[in-house]
Amino acid sequence: MKSLGKFDEFGGIFVPETLMPALEELEETLLKLKTDKKFNSELMQLLEKYAGRPTPLTFCENLSRKLCCKIYLKREDLLHTGAHKINNALGQALLAKYLGKKRLIAETGAGQHGVAVATAGAKLDLQTEIYMGSKDIERQKLNVLRMKLLGASVKPVNSGSKTLKDAINEALRDWTANVNTTHYLLGSVLGPHPYPSMIKFFQSIIGKETKKQILEVENRQPDLIVACVGGGSNAIGIFDEFIKDKTVRLIGVEAGGAGIKSGSHASRFSDNLLGRVGIIHGTKTYVLQDKFGQISNTYSIAAGLDYCAVGPEHSLLRQSKRVTYTYATDKETIEAFKALSKEEGIIPALESAHAVAYVIKAAKTLKKDDIIVINLSGRGDKDLDQMEHIIK
Amino acid sequence: MKSYKEVFKKLKSKKQGALIAFTVIGDPNYKTSLEIVKKIIDAGADILELGLPFSDPIADGPTIQSANLRALNNGINTDKAFDFVKEIRNYSDIPVGILTYYNLVYQRGINKFYSDAKEVGVNSILISDLPIEESEIISKYSKENKVDTVFMISQLTDDDRIKKIAEKTTGFIYAVARLGVTGAQSSLEESTLTMVKNIRNLTSNPVCVGFGLSKPSQVSDIIKAGADGAIIGSAIVDLIAKNLDNKEEMLSKVQNYVGELKKSTLI
Repeated sequence: MKSLGKFDEFGGIFVPETLMPALEELEETLLKLKTDKKFNSELMQLLEKYAGRPTPLTFCENLSRKLCCKIYLKREDLLHTGAHKINNALGQALLAKYLGKKRLIAETGAGQHGVAVATAGAKLDLQTEIYMGSKDIERQKLNVLRMKLLGASVKPVNSGSKTLKDAINEALRDWTANVNTTHYLLGSVLGPHPYPSMIKFFQSIIGKETKKQILEVENRQPDLIVACVGGGSNAIGIFDEFIKDKTVRLIGVEAGGAGIKSGSHASRFSDNLLGRVGIIHGTKTYVLQDKFGQISNTYSIAAGLDYCAVGPEHSLLRQSKRVTYTYATDKETIEAFKALSKEEGIIPALESAHAVAYVIKAAKTLKKDDIIVINLSGRGDKDLDQMEHIIK
Repeated sequence: MKSYKEVFKKLKSKKQGALIAFTVIGDPNYKTSLEIVKKIIDAGADILELGLPFSDPIADGPTIQSANLRALNNGINTDKAFDFVKEIRNYSDIPVGILTYYNLVYQRGINKFYSDAKEVGVNSILISDLPIEESEIISKYSKENKVDTVFMISQLTDDDRIKKIAEKTTGFIYAVARLGVTGAQSSLEESTLTMVKNIRNLTSNPVCVGFGLSKPSQVSDIIKAGADGAIIGSAIVDLIAKNLDNKEEMLSKVQNYVGELKKSTLI
């Protein structure tokens, strides 16, 4: 390997030996393609003509008036397939083509990444198989149907907690057995090097567009950027462009579930007891675990945030205090979900509603001229079935 | 306690390969697991490879995943696993290797994990998700505590890398018989035998083969191809899983099976 992909003490490569040659090949190809004109123009073509980039930056007049600040939404929810996941899926699927791989596998939690991969697989003519926890299959039925329509096969995972963590385990096992023919299209800034930096490369377009757009309308940088953090790819995607500019405050919002004290949550940074540095799925980062290192089962209303570990770069950004991490509970999230729908006519994904919930909570501390950008990473259509039982 | 060097040397002089038997510590529970391991030793296994169970074993197939879960659900943890090894040590002096995942080592404190391992009489530690690139600190504490290192080599590992891995290995090289995760299968690929011969040519370390071996004939073929040992895991764990409601049957089946396998390690 050219690098071990360290973010100070975090990140790295912790995988069985069988996967090492594939990671080496992936790193080498990525380094070449990053500056390859043909690859980048093909990718831009796909992002613009197929996925719908650039996405708008929408000013929220009603919510801004209510909360006494200026709130903008980066509209990743308007992308084809309904979330930022398509940026990475198209990027990696195209890269898989350059690698000569014929088959894609992926894990999915909420189903958004699975749908994005199935879509990219269909568009780029690659055989696609998606691993999904059986509990997630139950709560995201529509996305399962979507993946099937798109020609992917959905493989239910019944081990462990039957959610995203277990789907990643199965995908890694599949990759180990089929590494010669298959590209593992990991969905977030997780996993062994080069995945975290590769996925950042494909998602950082969000922040680049945001910077340009906010300068056009406000002629200055935002004061605050807020994003939800599961693995953390939409957050890294929008933060990356602003990290160097210390005047822009960055906030990552984790899933508080039923509350930190309840133990039923997916907040790696807010639970001082269970959330500690550890090694899972190929990377060293903050992980929810017991005292011996057995990985905890997590909980969130949002399947896409329901995961035991956070991307390693987030661990560094937290340690260096460049990004502040907090959480929103299920209850706060449901209120935010309703509020954004009603005030702005935009139904957010439950994942993204965590970021909205933070802004509603923090409104008291904000000034009238403060400019806030929320990364609206996905749309809420997929959650309506689940919300029907909650909103009476 | 015997060292790997002694055991491999002695077996060679007797024209035998090593039979390395694997089970998961605490599967299905602490007490039965202890009885199983004693039967394995009685049946003639030369080396024990004991799995310290992890909640998310990405290198393992369904058989060993289930064993990990059974053990964890019945209360095994790292403290108890070391007690377990101590009890085995009181029963026998054959080499005992630990196979686990990095997070369990890291959470105990790497230094403490290795010094505890030394104290209870562990010969080697193999960490499934730790490639040589990340292994510097492990090598340091292995050396300090005189615990051997075991690393895996797969069919995709090229010659340069095989040499690098061999340099870091003080115990034996674990050659992975096929691409994929652990789990019994009946056929042995020609490429596995080629791999064994190739590793043999590149290093003087003992080479043992695991993943997918279940039949005496496979063990025999592997040893004849030049391997120093054959590692049998899932097939033993399978016998445990299939006889959970009849302990006597379980114990006698495991013992008979390991005995059969040992016979096939004679060249």
